Amino acid sequence: MKELLTGNEAIARGAYEFGVRVAAAYPGTPSTEILENLVSYPGVYAQWSPNEKVALEVGAGAAIGGARTLVTMKHVGVNVAADPLFTLSYTGVNAGLVLVSADDPGMHSSQNEQDNRNYARFAKIPVLEPSNSQEAKDMVGLGLEISEQFDTPVMLRTTTRVNHSQSFVEIGERSGDDVKPYVKDPRKYVMVPAHARGRHVVVEERRAKLAEYAESCPASRIEWGDRKIGIIASGIIYEYIKEVVPGASVLKLGMTFPLPEKLIREFAAQVDELYVIEELEPFLEDQVRLMGIEVRGKQLFSRIGEVNQRMIAEKILSVTGHRDLVNESILAAGVPEEKEIQVPVRPPVMCPGCPHRGVFYTLSQLKMTVTGDIGCYTLGALPPLEAMDTCICMGASVGAALGMEKAHPEMHGKVVAVIGDSTFMHSGITGLLDVAYNKGATTTVILDNSTTAMTGHQDHPATGRTLSKEVTNQVDLVGLVKALGINRVQVVDAFDLENLKKILSEEAAADEPSVIIVRRPCALLVKEKTVPYTIDENCINCKKCMKLGCPALSARGDAVVVNTALCTGCGLCSQLCPSGALKKEGAGNE
Amino acid sequence: MSNGKVTNILIVGVGGQGTILASRILSYLALEDGHDVKVSEIHGMAQRGGSVVTQVRMGEKVYSPLISEGQADVILAFERLEALRWIHFLKKEGTIIINDQAIDPVPVIMGVQEYPDGIVERIKEKVPDTIAVNAMQIATDCGNAKASNVVLMGVLARKMGFDKEKCIRALEAKVPAKFLELNKNAFEKGWSVDL
Repeated sequence: MKELLTGNEAIARGAYEFGVRVAAAYPGTPSTEILENLVSYPGVYAQWSPNEKVALEVGAGAAIGGARTLVTMKHVGVNVAADPLFTLSYTGVNAGLVLVSADDPGMHSSQNEQDNRNYARFAKIPVLEPSNSQEAKDMVGLGLEISEQFDTPVMLRTTTRVNHSQSFVEIGERSGDDVKPYVKDPRKYVMVPAHARGRHVVVEERRAKLAEYAESCPASRIEWGDRKIGIIASGIIYEYIKEVVPGASVLKLGMTFPLPEKLIREFAAQVDELYVIEELEPFLEDQVRLMGIEVRGKQLFSRIGEVNQRMIAEKILSVTGHRDLVNESILAAGVPEEKEIQVPVRPPVMCPGCPHRGVFYTLSQLKMTVTGDIGCYTLGALPPLEAMDTCICMGASVGAALGMEKAHPEMHGKVVAVIGDSTFMHSGITGLLDVAYNKGATTTVILDNSTTAMTGHQDHPATGRTLSKEVTNQVDLVGLVKALGINRVQVVDAFDLENLKKILSEEAAADEPSVIIVRRPCALLVKEKTVPYTIDENCINCKKCMKLGCPALSARGDAVVVNTALCTGCGLCSQLCPSGALKKEGAGNE
Repeated sequence: MSNGKVTNILIVGVGGQGTILASRILSYLALEDGHDVKVSEIHGMAQRGGSVVTQVRMGEKVYSPLISEGQADVILAFERLEALRWIHFLKKEGTIIINDQAIDPVPVIMGVQEYPDGIVERIKEKVPDTIAVNAMQIATDCGNAKASNVVLMGVLARKMGFDKEKCIRALEAKVPAKFLELNKNAFEKGWSVDL
């Protein structure tokens, strides 16, 4: 039976079919849906961990314990998990472990576009790259086999286009889910120097064996076509090539580290023009060049952003002597782009009723320097709020505020860190510990909307529910913050602008560190029907309410209009209205 | 659908407009007809009221899940401005179906940019096969403005020559039972729009 599945659904299906018993992750686009799907399969234990490092450590324990394991994260999550990854490469596994690294070329929803294939080479572990959903499923199985056969963690590296595209997948049965016995072996699993020196030798031997295996790896193959053009490719690029240069010879690499040197030499020797087409870094190209093989790659294709079909056609046509092999119809001009009138952009916005809006409005009014963090609230950096100065990585807001204060003591009272509840659980706690320990006086605002909103509402340790929606131990944010050594802790309502301003001013001015927990659930989670606001003839068109950047308010000519279908009745606008023109629908004039 | 060729359908709109259902129904229909199909949609930031794009490709064998510029056979636009934004993805002889509805983006809400006038007329000048429908009004008449997506699906299905009975079966498979009658009605109204 065949089903149309996204790459993420296919990876979850693969984990189920190939006997995965334990899975752990922290949500991150484009990887999130893997565990959300996997949790519903029987016989698989799946969990959200507080961050990717813990997720991989849970995975390491499970695999060393003898259960087949899947750990998933977005590309930048691997930075967080890099510490266990590099040493897990030394210890090896017992049962198979596959680490999914979901990369995001083009940064559809990320802060950078690092190429995580480099991690595989750096940590000396094999990496597989699927081109479609069927391969995504199959490569979970292949990855687990390689992991067990060579005693190594295996990376399954996807890109957004594979994670979020649907294609047909053959559905199979579950097998291979027996848990192996755990056998104590400190020389293998306790990485003190004396043991690790021995394990490094094993790792290098393993690398050589994997390179040999790569020559016959079932995921890599030569598809001979016309030998005038030969293209080496992996992942989604393979699918593009089959449309743009359908007649060319292709070396499709399913495993991209280590590389099959003999296969590459055999291919290169038999084609006239050799290309390597890959997104981001010249990962394959550099290795091919090290073999002494001349190849066209990044001299044609940028390291920046995604590659697409048009680009491949244009770039090959710009140098090839065999134009007839390129499907030029892909370059056929369509309807011309609209250039005469300016098409307004449609950036993402905070939703109507979003509890973050009032906080950023207040921070902007107070002219604070705001070190920000990763989540929906990063939208606070955009107009009209524009109340964010930095956003680097998960948890960076708190440390960055401390650093800013240490560099500029005179900025005391003007530097505020802003971080969401899930991000605080992920990696804000240690930053705050640093603030308390090193006697900073910054204020940290925790935006507690009771969920991981940006990635589509996942639970975390402070929501009191698990991935499977079971009730669990809930972190007491106030108690936690106090335990770290912060004595000034306030809890305020996200919709009370006056109080927000008062508390923010007071806490920022204090001579010791403080935390303000701003509470209100994400507007998308509020199920109760609320009464929208309307605007009456008292409106003096001062447009103060427009400074909130609420999509339910628009400026039309001489008046502001409320879109009552969008308005959630949060009331922020009425708190700013100097003429009392904004009222709850149905409330009469006084 | 012509034999051996891949049909490219680009669905564009604003986060929250229900564009996903249209792609689900299309892929169901492709599957029923024994075609290969690939669908691509971008999640993430786009969910927060941003511009959203779903790409559906069907045919005997489909490799790439993505449609190149100038290659779409049909664009189904859930909003006027989005139709204008993506128009260059349409083939010269392609069809565009536009839901004649405006959703203001932030720069317009803030009053820093104007929502362009006469979008449908501009597009008609470029694309002879332009179909503009007030799907929201039709859906509201059926009892729920949220069924606009199914109205548009009805227009698209007839335009593309899909079998009506199969479409109804697709609805039965993809729409929750309690909304089925409403949606069948909305589909029917879309199907009977003048092309």
